[in-house]
Amino acid sequence: MHLRIREHPIIDFSGREKISFYFNGEKIVGYKGDSIASAIHASGVKRLSESLKGRHRGFFCGIGKCSSCLMTVNGIPNIRTCIAPLQEDINVETQSKSVPWPKVDYDAWEDGLNIEVDILVVGAGPAGLSASIEAAKQGATVLLVDENPRVGGQLIKQTHKFFGSKHEKAGIRGVDIAKDLEREARDHSNIKILLESTVFGVYEDPSYNGFTFGVMKRENYKSRLVKVHCKEVIISVGAMENMLLFPGNDLPGVYGAGGVQTLMNVYGVKPGNKVLMVGAGNVGLIVSYQLLQAGVDVDRVVEAAPIIGGYHVHAAKLRRFGVPIYTSHSIKEVYGNDCVEGAFVVELDENWQPIEGSEENVECDTVCLAVGLTPSTRLLEQLHVEMADIPEAGGRVAIHDEYMETSVRGVYVSGDSSGIEEASTAMIEGKISGISAALALGYNRDAEELRKEYIERLEKLRAGPFGEKPRIAKRKILEEWRRYHGRL
Amino acid sequence: MGGYEETGVLSLDDLLNIPSEKQLEKGVAISECIQNIPCNPCVDACSVDAISMKDINSPPVVDYDRCTACGNCVAVCPGLALFIVKIKEDKAWITLPYEFLPIPEKNDTVDALDREGNIVGEGKIIRVRKQNSTWIITVEVDRSLAMIVRNIRCRR
Ligand SMILES: Cc1cc2nc3c(=O)[nH]c(=O)nc-3n(C[C@H](O)[C@H](O)[C@H](O)COP(=O)(O)OP(=O)(O)OC[C@H]3O[C@@H](n4cnc5c(N)ncnc54)[C@H](O)[C@@H]3O)c2cc1C
Ligand code: SF4
Ligand code: SF4
Repeated sequence: MHLRIREHPIIDFSGREKISFYFNGEKIVGYKGDSIASAIHASGVKRLSESLKGRHRGFFCGIGKCSSCLMTVNGIPNIRTCIAPLQEDINVETQSKSVPWPKVDYDAWEDGLNIEVDILVVGAGPAGLSASIEAAKQGATVLLVDENPRVGGQLIKQTHKFFGSKHEKAGIRGVDIAKDLEREARDHSNIKILLESTVFGVYEDPSYNGFTFGVMKRENYKSRLVKVHCKEVIISVGAMENMLLFPGNDLPGVYGAGGVQTLMNVYGVKPGNKVLMVGAGNVGLIVSYQLLQAGVDVDRVVEAAPIIGGYHVHAAKLRRFGVPIYTSHSIKEVYGNDCVEGAFVVELDENWQPIEGSEENVECDTVCLAVGLTPSTRLLEQLHVEMADIPEAGGRVAIHDEYMETSVRGVYVSGDSSGIEEASTAMIEGKISGISAALALGYNRDAEELRKEYIERLEKLRAGPFGEKPRIAKRKILEEWRRYHGRL
Repeated sequence: MGGYEETGVLSLDDLLNIPSEKQLEKGVAISECIQNIPCNPCVDACSVDAISMKDINSPPVVDYDRCTACGNCVAVCPGLALFIVKIKEDKAWITLPYEFLPIPEKNDTVDALDREGNIVGEGKIIRVRKQNSTWIITVEVDRSLAMIVRNIRCRR
């Protein structure tokens, strides 16, 4: 079974160089630009690893945030193959639960590197890119770090045109916005970009008056430690996809919607041939449409709420192709031997309880979960930033002021990691955080006026009914912020 | 069947204003974007100011007398929610954004689909062009289908 997308209406996957490599001893061919996991998945292998209890694990998030794709590469264990670029002739092996000590000379801590900058920006999605550009425009030196091999965060898989206003590049496809932002960032000589690098921890360094971060830079599947000294830091690390509880939710073939989008639109690989989509928010609707564009059949979309949560225009695009959307319906269980073979969906009553006898069998090889995101906050917790549980923001988030500064001086947040929202608002929040960080260091090229304008633009975007959730979230965050400062 | 919030399918009653026969004969942009969403590139795309909006969260309103049916807004709309409808005697020309392969060619016969993806008739491709990296297709259908057909499917 081969799952390559042969032709695509928006993205040109043709003309890519072939790369051959070994998977469990067998020779497989992938393409330049593939990750290891996408090349393996394209050849029809869905089982990438196994759990401690020996249950099969498949591709899930596609952006290096879950751990279902850990494999041994060239003798080095625990490589996150979904974000590790494919190289010629490498040796990839599935690993069992207990991983032996590496067979190779494994220089994990090989010759450390030191970098000193004004501002460290963690995450190169729309928020981090905008933050870096804005801070650089003010004159600050910036180090922009991302653990993925490409710049752009979620934008690199968003083939659809964006909403918003012209300031946030509305009407342009997300993939093209990513290219624009990358070009702009690379044009600034005071922005240094470090890819395939994970910022993993904050340390005390008595020799430096500022923050010290540990960064793991990956190269040829080996890692090297980079020590970063910075005066200010902007955390724009995005979010993680939510899981849903039901029997069989860990079978290979159950994916996060973003993971499916990454497979299709970044690597040109189909998740399967027939999909059940769970969730009719914007993400579920958009990804369903993109599945159709990739030539994948979408059986239906089920949504637990009584109405469609996403924009009507996204729902209409799907319906015009005959894909039904079942509101007040949810997934009950997924079945299959080694991977997904089908699922049972069930109708819900007005109390969201399953209606007995309403189960329906949906034959499919793919179940896609689009049931929300949770902000990534591990670095913020390590920095001892005040956090608060705010359901409208998607969970636990750092409290911050309207300039995006957290309770710890010099630590800023923006984008999805400061509360789940959208790319358009992530870009503006990024700009505000970048300007604020630069301003705090004394760089000031009309910074205050610009910042005021950005804050007004943000408020306008959030003013409508679909902005209600983030509006409530940000109001609560500000209230928590005031309460915290009242306590001091 | 419930309303569009349940089904994802608009009825004509949901549309904000319906053009007159005369306006349809001239050819006008029809907006099927009726919710309050934060979006306004259609307003900027129109060079004759035929699309207005109270603020960025309001739905667009097309001034049918001003609209020249140029199609610029169709190419830019991220919701793929703008269509041009023009009545020509017993036929209707519908111009729609299309993001699927294969791209039909001029004079092809295609299936004409309604808002639920049902085949409701046959269409003949009149024009195919690309603007703002989006294919814009004009298809000719029976006049009675002017406000019904909103998609096509290639038979090739
Ligand atoms: C399917 C889908 C459809 C969407 N459609 C739209 C839409 O139409 N319009 C819209 O406005 N928004 C849309 N969004 C939302 C939008 O994509 C996100 O809100 C936006 O990307 C958030 O930007 P961000 O910069 O905060 O995070 P991200 O884009 O997620 O970027 C975060 C980056 O941080 C990196 N990172 C994380 N941790 C570390 C670490 N420790 N070290 C180094 N790097 C790290 C990640 O690799 C990633 O590149 C959609 C989202 C999805 C999933
Ligand atoms: S078709 Fe042209 S003139 Fe008419 S509303 Fe659209 S952009 Fe304006
Ligand atoms: S561009 Fe399209 S989706 Fe955006 S407001 Fe205009 S009609 Fe609606």
